[in-house]
Amino acid sequence: MTTKHITRKATRHISQNEGLIFEKSSPGKAAWKLPPLDVPEVHTAKLLGKQERKDLGDMPEVSEIEIIRHFTRLSTWNYAIDLGMYPLGSCTMKYNPRVNEFVSRIEGLANGHPYQAEKISQGALRIMKTLSDCLLEITGMDAITLQPAAGAHGELTGMLMVRAYQESKGNARKKILIPDSAHGTNPATAATAGYAVENLKSNERGMVDVAALAAQMNEDVAALMVTNPNTLGVFEQDIHQIAELMHAKGGLLYMDGANMNALVAKARPGDFGADVMHLNLHKTFSTPHGGGGPGSGPVAVKKILEPFLPTPVVITKPDGTLGFEYNRPQSVGRVRAFYGNFGMFIRALAYIFANGPDGLRQTTEDAVLNANYIRKGLEGVYDLPYSTPSMHEVVFSDKLQSKKGVKTMDIAKRLIDYGFHPYTTAFPLIVAGALMIEPTESEPKEELDLFIEAMKSIAEEVEEDPQFVLDAPYNTRISRLDETAAARKPVLRWKPEPSAP
Amino acid sequence: MLKAIGIHSVDDLFSPIPAECRLTRDLAIPQQMAESEIVDWFKQRAKENGEGYTSFLGAGAYFHYRPVVIDALVQRGEFLTSYTPYQAEFAQGTLQAIFEFQTMISELTGMDLANASMYDGSTGAAEAVMMAVRIIGRHSGVIARSLHPEYREVLHTYATHQAIPLRMVSFTDSGQIDLKELETAVGEDTACVLIQSPNFFGTIEDVEAIAEIAHKHGALLIVSIAEAVSLGIVEPPRAADIVAMEAQSFGVPLGFGGPYCGVLATKEKFVRQMPGRLVGQTVDKNGKRGFVLTLATREQHIRREKATSNICTNQALVALMANIFMTVYGKIGLRELAKQNLAKAAYGADQFSKHAKVLFAGAPRFNEFVVETSEDPYAINSRLLGHKIVGGFPLKKFYPELGHAALWCCTELTTRSMIDTAVGLVAESERSVRSMKDVEREEVVR
Repeated sequence: MTTKHITRKATRHISQNEGLIFEKSSPGKAAWKLPPLDVPEVHTAKLLGKQERKDLGDMPEVSEIEIIRHFTRLSTWNYAIDLGMYPLGSCTMKYNPRVNEFVSRIEGLANGHPYQAEKISQGALRIMKTLSDCLLEITGMDAITLQPAAGAHGELTGMLMVRAYQESKGNARKKILIPDSAHGTNPATAATAGYAVENLKSNERGMVDVAALAAQMNEDVAALMVTNPNTLGVFEQDIHQIAELMHAKGGLLYMDGANMNALVAKARPGDFGADVMHLNLHKTFSTPHGGGGPGSGPVAVKKILEPFLPTPVVITKPDGTLGFEYNRPQSVGRVRAFYGNFGMFIRALAYIFANGPDGLRQTTEDAVLNANYIRKGLEGVYDLPYSTPSMHEVVFSDKLQSKKGVKTMDIAKRLIDYGFHPYTTAFPLIVAGALMIEPTESEPKEELDLFIEAMKSIAEEVEEDPQFVLDAPYNTRISRLDETAAARKPVLRWKPEPSAP
Repeated sequence: MLKAIGIHSVDDLFSPIPAECRLTRDLAIPQQMAESEIVDWFKQRAKENGEGYTSFLGAGAYFHYRPVVIDALVQRGEFLTSYTPYQAEFAQGTLQAIFEFQTMISELTGMDLANASMYDGSTGAAEAVMMAVRIIGRHSGVIARSLHPEYREVLHTYATHQAIPLRMVSFTDSGQIDLKELETAVGEDTACVLIQSPNFFGTIEDVEAIAEIAHKHGALLIVSIAEAVSLGIVEPPRAADIVAMEAQSFGVPLGFGGPYCGVLATKEKFVRQMPGRLVGQTVDKNGKRGFVLTLATREQHIRREKATSNICTNQALVALMANIFMTVYGKIGLRELAKQNLAKAAYGADQFSKHAKVLFAGAPRFNEFVVETSEDPYAINSRLLGHKIVGGFPLKKFYPELGHAALWCCTELTTRSMIDTAVGLVAESERSVRSMKDVEREEVVR
């Protein structure tokens, strides 16, 4: 069975076992060396009194080669973009250029202190200013903050600005409208900003239902949060009308920029009515996901929202030098200490430089082309719940396979055996058993063909022997983990075995 | 590919975008650059950015040595270019590393458990306050003014929209929180007391005394730690209920303020109210040990508007830097490292005290101290820059009552000769200001 459908992409190979670092620790081993102290020794007990710490408990003691091997071995247990296609829908797992890593580690940039005088911070400020200018041009917006540390943090910043704007008009209003296809951070953010969330149903084409919006829009609604293209990978064709509906009743249009990779250099949110939006530098602008962060979530706004940007903002001073402006009485305040994830600004700007206007257009075209190539290749093999044209990602469902008792998560687990990271499962919520696939522009045709072949092969396996798919994966170090047990009795840290009496 | 899809040109793929929404011109951004040009451009910017200066700045961002194995390991593509470990079978490397991170942070902070990280110390402190509000069911907070001023600003932003009133408590002339004022500020409506230790002035707080006051009134104590290396030699805040830490000191570059690595640690009984990702240990169907993201029912992708927080990402790669740093120094090295910091700052404060006033001398401190000069520290710093030295952080922007005081920091990387040079230059300016004053006085007398 396994041999029949063996993939061309992956094969099994030796993988090293490795325990927890604490299990390797023994007294006297060390990987550190400090220079001799060039000032007088201090009497710690005298300086600190009862505040002196005597013991660091179960912290490890290991040698340098053990550390190198430990983390190298752990790393080989991960899948990564560097190993192959990582088609997580809505996550934009594109290639992370190495020049980005190189330039972010140049000494003056890596060691710049956030409080060093502006006079000796012109390099960092220039990077922030240039990136800001590029992002404003790409989004068609008027003003920007780079301070938010991630996408959801950007959403929160944007929502706080919506609130501040509405308050300045005399009434903060009560509700935020959110389509049922939205990412979970949208409603969570609206709630964190103190708003009630009202669900907006999608129409049969998977888009915002304009009639429903018209019925639900009133003076209690502060804003609509819309993702465009939405999580189905579908462009909201009525976006102009949606924006007009919102504006006519004093509401704002918030755009979640998670899917900007479908639009860069082809269409600008500022041109189709968005008032405020966030970008994910770790998606669209190639900064690495790093196993779950750091991200960066700049927020771009129209002129009417500029007074409410977080402090400080970068300005050009009369003498032509750059500086931070703190005196902004209408600002929503600060959302993070210092100026944001500066290291990500460097990487995103290097990406923009490496592409230029032509490269960015090409990138977007390739991303959309790749998604449509996969759609064509798998149409009929997997159910396509919405036939609306796809942009940068395509959403199938497990309708055909679930007749045999195989769900999207099972197909995803089997895909691991074929040497691919799974697509996004069970999202968006409006598609039962969704398979959300976003290849990005980075994938060559050869890799896409291997993926299509793998997906077709799994569909055959489901027909022939569904149980076989249900028990996958087979080629990983460990099989499916007991998540229920993990949640019922959480073990969140290592503890030494109690020693024998 | 176009043929396979059944279209004639790539433009056909963009037909779903209404014509009036489409951009028909080139973006007005810099033209495409070669890799060599990109490297050159950023090297130029680095030269304009304090390259080669000696710095005495701390104030929430610390310059410590970063063992080279950190960058060698975090740049492995399997760590750098992987996503959040939702597919556990395929992400055990990241998951086990986070589990070890959670263990070491718990051990160092004296808490039962820790999460997989937050954005940074400032947002972590704000999330801790909202967590305390959920646990206690009361709606106001009491905050030490000696908490990092920018952390206070972030907290203010979050609290305003959550309708959580905040009361500020001042500090005494030892630099520690005013316990008498704290006693009156904490009341029946207080969900939590939030302090920082070592605080913004580098002073170590009496956490037990503060905890007693908070707990007496049924409030939780949150301790923010901005200088993580202090945990090597300073007793951790075991009496706290939540520790909100910034782990930048553990091998994370200064990077002009980010990305850094916040982390929350707490008591076991509060875990279900903790925001952010958590990794737990479990077994696979063959009984083999493995790790998974767990307790996800607290999070936004499951709970949507009812989640404990809207947080989605953590700072996994930065947490990995901290993880490797803690592993390199370990049980003995971290203590020795902290002792060097203590000794350097003690020497620095001692030398400055011969020529200027060192404030808050009555309480223990870690690697920062406050120096009050006759002259405005901005003027002093501007002269020091001429000698390629970045002086202490002037405090009057956030604490007008402290006048000409500045916060100086010495770490294991600050050499004795750097300290002596800076002290010499400050002493010189102090002498000239003093002699100028003497001249004025004589003129008055005449």
